[in-house]
Amino acid sequence: MACKFISNENTNQWLEALAKDHVVFVPVDDGGTVTFRPFGEGRKLVLDRMPVRSAKEAVFPQSETLLTYKYDKDPENPERTSVRIRETLPKERAVVFGARPCGTRGMAVFDKVFDNDRIRDPYYATRREHTMFVTLACTKVESTCFCHEVGSGPADTSCSDVLLTPVQGGYAAEAVTECGEKMLEASFFADGGDKCAEAEAVKKATREMLGEAHDFSDAPEKLLAAFDDDEFWEEQAAGCLSCGACTYLCPTCYCFNITDEATGTTGKRVRSWDTCMSFQYTLEGSGHNPRSTKAKRLKNRVNHKFSYFPESYEKYIACCGCGRCIKSCPASVDIRAIVKAAQARGAEKESK
Amino acid sequence: MQALAELKEQIRQALPELDVVIGWQQGYDALHTSPLFIRSEEDLEKLVVNEFCVVNPASYLREMRGGKKVGLVLKGCDSRSVIQLVQEDLLKLEDLTIFGFGCNGVLNHAKLQARFGDIGYIKSIENSGASVTIEVDENKETVPFSELCADKCLTCSYPNTLQCTHFAGEESSKEAESEQDKALEEFEKLSMEERFSFWQDQMRRCIRCYACRNACPMCVCKDHCLANSRETKWLSEEVDVQNNFMFQLIHVMHLTGRCVECGECERACPMDIPIMLLRRKMAGVVRDVFAYNAGTNAEETPPLMCFKVEEPTIEERH
Repeated sequence: MACKFISNENTNQWLEALAKDHVVFVPVDDGGTVTFRPFGEGRKLVLDRMPVRSAKEAVFPQSETLLTYKYDKDPENPERTSVRIRETLPKERAVVFGARPCGTRGMAVFDKVFDNDRIRDPYYATRREHTMFVTLACTKVESTCFCHEVGSGPADTSCSDVLLTPVQGGYAAEAVTECGEKMLEASFFADGGDKCAEAEAVKKATREMLGEAHDFSDAPEKLLAAFDDDEFWEEQAAGCLSCGACTYLCPTCYCFNITDEATGTTGKRVRSWDTCMSFQYTLEGSGHNPRSTKAKRLKNRVNHKFSYFPESYEKYIACCGCGRCIKSCPASVDIRAIVKAAQARGAEKESK
Repeated sequence: MQALAELKEQIRQALPELDVVIGWQQGYDALHTSPLFIRSEEDLEKLVVNEFCVVNPASYLREMRGGKKVGLVLKGCDSRSVIQLVQEDLLKLEDLTIFGFGCNGVLNHAKLQARFGDIGYIKSIENSGASVTIEVDENKETVPFSELCADKCLTCSYPNTLQCTHFAGEESSKEAESEQDKALEEFEKLSMEERFSFWQDQMRRCIRCYACRNACPMCVCKDHCLANSRETKWLSEEVDVQNNFMFQLIHVMHLTGRCVECGECERACPMDIPIMLLRRKMAGVVRDVFAYNAGTNAEETPPLMCFKVEEPTIEERH
């Protein structure tokens, strides 16, 4: 990968240039939290903190219109109606700038589900195709970070087009994809020179801060072994408040709901994020709910990421280790600790 | 801490008669505790009582109805939510064993974050009571406790657990620093247009995760909240300012005269939306109109749960 350099000043100019024909999402201070908003309007970028919300909305918005519809009454026979439907595929081209590698890695999970040999979700796939990701390698680690334990790392490039690493006076920039290579052809980028070595040292130092990685590789089988152990799950879920903050802030959670939002004879079919923490999740029309308690729902969230998904998709853990679910949980429920408890439970059973 | 040792002893003695005692344990870092469900003496050893014991254990009570004998370790503010639930006939005081102590205030993560950039990078923290010394990244600072504590602690008149079965340690002599909440006072200086645009801006951030609702000890509709009802459908699944605001207003109206201002809704909000402004406003209205402070006397009937032809606190005839 070629390495280039962009100064802090030029970074701003580059963003301005990109904003001419793209929606450029940047992390900004938003009332004390850091979220992604379109660049411009005097918004101050916040690049030294991990954003509270990930950039997943760029490809999978919290609510999006799939189609709009209108019922027309037949003037000859008012009992009869016909319906007109209009497709609403996303059109805009976007750039996400300054997301952390963990925040974009969720797309590796989405890609497998929404765009594969059998299924192509046109809404997701169109946004994915039209969005470029310029990610920012981490230089610090938080108490909730564990990207290195789920096959990722603070300079993971798996879902980036360009990876920036903070160095003296600006950023070392590496193109990851062809599209990223084209981006680095812009005049704002200079030859990397000795900045490349500096960037490598920064990446290495951050990785070292994370320390040794816990091994989650046997988690799928250990979690499956604990599947029917209600006592175990009730204990793990005791502190959970059943809100959906963890799932909404998670870069890899992709469950959705589809509803028709009608106003008189017109309406929209809306896709919106669902959350397995909610009682309504998997609530059947009959009134039966296979996930009737919060313990069963938390089991679903943990197992989906660390057991079911790896089983279906070549051992890929559907957790990016960003720690948002831990950090923003009102009760400090720690997904790492739950999976580790399941692993330890297995070891205890074996020793008996 | 003397109170902790006494608390442990009191819980140890009561434990055989109880199904569970809810308290706090150390969380994943120095700034966090998580709820602790004590079922055995082994669990009891994990109990901590400090300025990070923020979760209100009463928020878990709605799951524990049905004759379970529950013990609770409660701060003064938390105990008010239990009393209010008893007043509303949603709980029976005789099913509960309350372990009380004197609270000196809790620290607020949002304030710590605003002050130190990001507390996720915390290195160390020490609390002397009057001040807090924190090291984040290369930055080490000592800050007065009152600048970092939860807003509710600044106006708190109930630092000691109310109506408890057991009380451990010495009573807290902590007094309210001001009667009125400063943030609310500032907010009320704004014009109506400014207030509306303030809330529109705040509600744009709401992700409708319902953490505010689920962390609230008084939100007892549980899985049948109208925010999720399909028939009738009160709210659109579209997450926009209008729908978010609608939800928050429904929430605050359902809490009027019931909210004990424990602050769990605002603390739980991952987007740091200052929804306690709405709660405090309504609690203030109820205090003014009915001279009623929610959750302070289990014998009292809350004003919005009874009808009097002439309200003694309202001048109806002039």
